[in-house]
Amino acid sequence: MNEDPVALLPELLLLAGAVLGLLAGAWLPRHRQWWVRILAAVAAAGGLVATGVAATRPDEVVFGTSYAVDPVTSATRAIVLVAVLIALALSVDASAGTARETEFVVLLQLAGLGTIMLGGANDLLLLFAAFLLASVPLYALAGWDKQPLGVEAAMKYYLSGAFLGVTMLTGTAILYGVARATGYGPLRHGLTVAPGAAVAVGVVAVLAGLLFKAGAVPAQFWVPDVTDGTPAPVAAIVTTIPKIGGLVATYRLLLVAIPAAVVDWPLLIAILAAASMTLGNFAAFFQTSVQRLLAYSTISQVGYLLMAVAVAGRAPLAQPALLFYLAAYAVTNFGVFAVVAELPRARTLTDYRGLARCHPGLAAALAICLFGLIGTPPTAVFIGKLTIFTAVVDGGLGWLAVLAVINTVASVFYYLRWIAPAFRRSEPHTGPQPAPQALQRAGTWSAISSYVCAAASLILGAGAGMVLPLFGGSPNS
Amino acid sequence: MLSVIVFLPALLAVVLLAVPATAPRRVFTGAWIGVSALDVVLVGVVWAGLAPGGGFSWQQQVPWIPSAGVSYHVGVDGLSLPLLALTAVLFGACAVFAWRETRRVKAYVTVFLALQTVCLGLFVALDLILFFLFFDLSIVAMYVLIAGWGHGEKARAAALKFFLYTFLGSLALLLGFVLLALVATPHTFDIPTLIAANPLAGGGLYAGLALLAIGIGLAVKTPTVPFHTWLPPAHTEAPATGSAILAGVLLKMGTYGFVRIAMPILPATWREYALVFVIVGVVSVIYGALVALAQTDLKRMIAYTSINHMGYVLLGVGAAGLLAGSDGQARQLAATGAVTQMVSHGLITGALFLLTGVLRDRGGTYDMGAYSGLASRTPRFAGVFAVAAFASLGLPGFSGFIAEFQVLTGALPAAPVPTAIAVLGILVTAALFLVALQKLFLGDLRMPDAPGAPRPLRDLRASEAVAVVPLLALATVIGVLPRVLLDVVEPSSRVLVDLVSR
Repeated sequence: MNEDPVALLPELLLLAGAVLGLLAGAWLPRHRQWWVRILAAVAAAGGLVATGVAATRPDEVVFGTSYAVDPVTSATRAIVLVAVLIALALSVDASAGTARETEFVVLLQLAGLGTIMLGGANDLLLLFAAFLLASVPLYALAGWDKQPLGVEAAMKYYLSGAFLGVTMLTGTAILYGVARATGYGPLRHGLTVAPGAAVAVGVVAVLAGLLFKAGAVPAQFWVPDVTDGTPAPVAAIVTTIPKIGGLVATYRLLLVAIPAAVVDWPLLIAILAAASMTLGNFAAFFQTSVQRLLAYSTISQVGYLLMAVAVAGRAPLAQPALLFYLAAYAVTNFGVFAVVAELPRARTLTDYRGLARCHPGLAAALAICLFGLIGTPPTAVFIGKLTIFTAVVDGGLGWLAVLAVINTVASVFYYLRWIAPAFRRSEPHTGPQPAPQALQRAGTWSAISSYVCAAASLILGAGAGMVLPLFGGSPNS
Repeated sequence: MLSVIVFLPALLAVVLLAVPATAPRRVFTGAWIGVSALDVVLVGVVWAGLAPGGGFSWQQQVPWIPSAGVSYHVGVDGLSLPLLALTAVLFGACAVFAWRETRRVKAYVTVFLALQTVCLGLFVALDLILFFLFFDLSIVAMYVLIAGWGHGEKARAAALKFFLYTFLGSLALLLGFVLLALVATPHTFDIPTLIAANPLAGGGLYAGLALLAIGIGLAVKTPTVPFHTWLPPAHTEAPATGSAILAGVLLKMGTYGFVRIAMPILPATWREYALVFVIVGVVSVIYGALVALAQTDLKRMIAYTSINHMGYVLLGVGAAGLLAGSDGQARQLAATGAVTQMVSHGLITGALFLLTGVLRDRGGTYDMGAYSGLASRTPRFAGVFAVAAFASLGLPGFSGFIAEFQVLTGALPAAPVPTAIAVLGILVTAALFLVALQKLFLGDLRMPDAPGAPRPLRDLRASEAVAVVPLLALATVIGVLPRVLLDVVEPSSRVLVDLVSR
């Protein structure tokens, strides 16, 4: 039994950053609260270094068999920590100097910690604990700005989370009941001789919680309201970070613990993937609010991500494809939300008319990231889509790839509905002048974040050859 | 060397982005003309250094995503080099033509330079993913061009239709590429490797599906009936230079994909379904010609003749896969004719679209009914337009004749009935161009009523002439001295025909 805390250094750094930040924030005056943010950034950067060091060591399972430190966990750590860093920069303009800046930063860190734990959990009980840790801070974050819409969003988020969390706990109990184990390795062993119907119910119930984290159909109801009702930085965090944990946890759980011979989970996940991408795309079609459009766009993106989970273990590219797509999605989605955060008064698509003339840099970043979400080469999401399509066809789910192609084409329509006005001249003769304050900038940090994300999306695409092999090693069991 | 040719325009675009938009507009167009001329010279160097025998020359390969079998692999052979040269020349012509552009010149030139890189890159790509990358980006750049510099609100609708339609095609293509890459061990997207391995030599359902996906993807871009509906609005609403590139270069990406990818990598399946391509080609020939005949809008008419001309290419590549009843020489003739037709159509239709841009500049409309008797006032314009029209209808002495003659001769032994029907297309094309010439240039002088003072009707300007005349001169050179082109194409089409018949 290995209980060496050094193996959990990245997680511990994040936790220490959060706890120290909370304490420090209680004593710091409001205009000095930015120290908490610096501390959080240092903790995340330290965590990245620790992740890099840990990745060079051999794989291990620590604290009994509850937590796996393997390539999958390393990738999750790296992606989440980078995402936390981007989120810290992205939210400066919206949260710096407010009365609850410290809360914002600490809640973000705790949610990130929970997300990493989700990715590494190798035991159903730890998985549920991680689920709570990743969820509760985000409920609070959703209501962070205390606006009526935000409070309503937090309420909806909390209620659906509580319901699906209980369902997940029930599923855990059922699986424990039939298999007599909660660790993934023994669980798999026990499930092979367990009654199929009970296993199916248990698996579906556990998946309910994980799909809630990922924001996938049928647990997607909170996504539009939370995304639309919260400030852009919060919406960015809620639609990006928990997805990473939810999807990696689903991947690990199904691949390591659930024998496909007992429950046909590949088919289940394939159907959920198809439903997510189709519903997300078609619901996004005629949205006028940018954040609501992005909400549905994230639901459809989860659909593409679930495709890789559906062929887990059956196509060698499935795991690198999933992790790479997650990294690409995180960077690209943050890039779009950074532009939205930079223009907090532009709530609808028409408000973006003339963006290219006022802020050409922002318009370019927006175009790169939205074309990235479509999956246009040479952005990172294109490589993600390419590898996922390859994995899915390789895994024998050709129909799903065809559906994904049709969905991708459909998605072009609504992304272009946003890009086109941004590059159109505002025509004073034909309509009312767009209010100049709609395109007023919030500050410099969000803008810088959007440029960095857009550049990262291109660089990650070009450097995919170096990144993909890092995501390759198989998970521990 | 090829990488330099490809990325030179993009490099200039990056440099130009740093120049303030308030700089004199000639700075931008002048730089574009300069870099295009340099590219043409460099392509000439590549042409001179092409290895005989029909294999790939000037190759360069750098690993990109080794774990997925993707690399940056470029090279040219006799099939791609003529198209590379065509692209370089056509962009040069557009650069000269854009000398008088006044609308947001910096952005215009930057977008065009990006498109230039993308188009040049496609014809040298020897990796499926690299090919797809350029294929897809060409859609994005052309969308921006049509939506941004087209003719008003309708242009944006046309641009959206163009984007959605061709994007669907490109993703179908991607799916086909994935299918191809997965059958090779180890998985690879490298075109020469896949050709050599011939992993789907046995044909079968899997290979059929791969050809279906690739075929749809390329057919949308070509475009052939019934995937052509995006083309007429896109052409009508695009700016003249955009139309010239769309017809001259982007359509070739579809047909080039057949000779570069579909035929050599899926030879057995190609032979099996070659008749389908022959029939689709003949339908496109006849349908395009007949619908073009019914148009009153000049630009729309030329757009439909593109469908007609691309139909001959498809007839040629299809006939190259029909083993029964034909010998290797006939099939090689058909394949050579198909490539010649691509080059010829690019030159001639590019010139025609630029000329319609001149007409719109003077009269403000493409409606042929609004003009009459222009020959008396604009003799140079009338002369150049007449030459382009005659070249396009396949008059001997121009490249179109050489191309169509080869295609039809090569296809006759294997598919006599479709070929006989396709010949009728030439007749219809001849009729429609003569009718158009008659409407525009003969009879009493009539111009669309210009609002305000009557404008003087200007003849072809120097910059317009410098853009258009070289294209027609090249078409004439190929028509009179076809060996210049055929010496390059024939060795490679021989290799292609051997690959298809293995």
